[in-house]
Amino acid sequence: MTFDGTRPWTLHPLVSLRPESFGALAYHFGTRRLSFLKSPTLVAVVESLADLPSGHDACRAAGLTGVELERYERALAALAESGMICERGTS
Amino acid sequence: MTYAVGAPDSGAPAGPGRLVERFEQGLDAPICLTWELTYACNLACVHCLSSSGRRDPRELSTDECKAVIDEFERMQIFYVNIGGGEPTVRPDFWELVSYATEHHVGVKFSTNGSRITRPVAERLAASDYVDVQVSLDGATAAVNDTVRGPGSFETAVRAMDRLAGAGAAGFKLSVVVTRHNVGQLDELKELADRYGAQLRLTRLRPSGRGAEVWEELHPTAEQQRLLYGWLLARGEDVLTGDSFFHLAGYGESLPGLNLCGAGRVVCLVDPVGDVYACPFAIHDQFLAGNVRQPGGFAAVWRHSELFTELRRPQSTGACGSCGHYDSCRGGCMAAKFFTGLPLDGPDPECVLGHGELALAGRGETAPPRPSLDHSRRRRPVPRPVPVAMMPRPPDRPCDESPLATSDQGA
Repeated sequence: MTFDGTRPWTLHPLVSLRPESFGALAYHFGTRRLSFLKSPTLVAVVESLADLPSGHDACRAAGLTGVELERYERALAALAESGMICERGTS
Repeated sequence: MTYAVGAPDSGAPAGPGRLVERFEQGLDAPICLTWELTYACNLACVHCLSSSGRRDPRELSTDECKAVIDEFERMQIFYVNIGGGEPTVRPDFWELVSYATEHHVGVKFSTNGSRITRPVAERLAASDYVDVQVSLDGATAAVNDTVRGPGSFETAVRAMDRLAGAGAAGFKLSVVVTRHNVGQLDELKELADRYGAQLRLTRLRPSGRGAEVWEELHPTAEQQRLLYGWLLARGEDVLTGDSFFHLAGYGESLPGLNLCGAGRVVCLVDPVGDVYACPFAIHDQFLAGNVRQPGGFAAVWRHSELFTELRRPQSTGACGSCGHYDSCRGGCMAAKFFTGLPLDGPDPECVLGHGELALAGRGETAPPRPSLDHSRRRRPVPRPVPVAMMPRPPDRPCDESPLATSDQGA
């Protein structure tokens, strides 16, 4: 799924997150893929997706701006691509 | 499992590079945990890594297994790779599978296929949280049955038929690569494709009964090179459980994290609750504790002396001066140990040939023997197995480094 930051997103219902010192492990029970979220900020963004109106809002709520914001949106795009996050209402 | 690095990493390319160091220092819980539920098996594969055959009277009871699952849930272990023995011969196998999935612990189990009836296949097809691996070690009965026993090819194929018929798309066909089946890689891939299955290849280790046949069965240096090229060409289309990270010494790494995860991100819980550093290391030297001890599995994982030691920086020994060390990281600990090589030296199948030299220079001392043997009877090298029993499924998922597994399933 292509990431559109203006849309509402959420962690996929078949995905579990496990906190780790570097961030978190994410495991998708459907695709059986494992991803490593390599920063606590990314974990916070991903966890807040479901409660905020859009992907952009989740990034802003984490205080991300400029180059950082772009990096995190690319990370969200990668997570969307692998199905770890999905648009709300589409899973 | 296929892993992707879904996160920003300042400046560095998004590769697992830095994570490898984190992993070598261990995690709060394993990424990949193998759990052998029983040493009982209705097969008697010549290379069985756990020397299975007879049930051990001390095996964990149903209630004890459930308590272990509760603990896995608390530790947020996403899934366990269940093997044996043949795990499905445990009368409470399906009860435990259901219990695990109800408690958010996914199950991947290895089987020789003998208990995959149509109703079982249908049930497996219906669950997102249960994944099955059918073990087969040749694309033909002739090659497979020599290792796994008469009739075992037919049994596995019948199981695959039923799984495919029930719509269990994406189950795994799991193959231990040997000198005799390495020439059948294309045929094995075709076989998997025919059933909508995913091919998974793993490395033969000199573990368990495998120690007795390793010399005769492990791929030759030339075959290893061909295997490497074949795997490289298929990328993530073929799973390996990170089995072949020692081949990274050829140059390009295969998909996977390429490290030995023993006691760091992987471990084994055996049927009696003993916790070993990895499924291929059933030996007292790699025994970290038992889940029946106070503190249970978590205490063993987090605080055992052995695992603490494994998470410290390891000596690179004789490999330290090799320019390829960063690629292969010295190879497989169990392969070294059970061939009598020093743990800080080259892997016996080192692609640069250092392992062969080391093997030649071992001297007279016999390599360590596995600490346990549940074989029904001692059996010499590969040759057709007497009819009495049928072989068992060796490969277990997570074999090894789970991490490495770059797969959609392993």
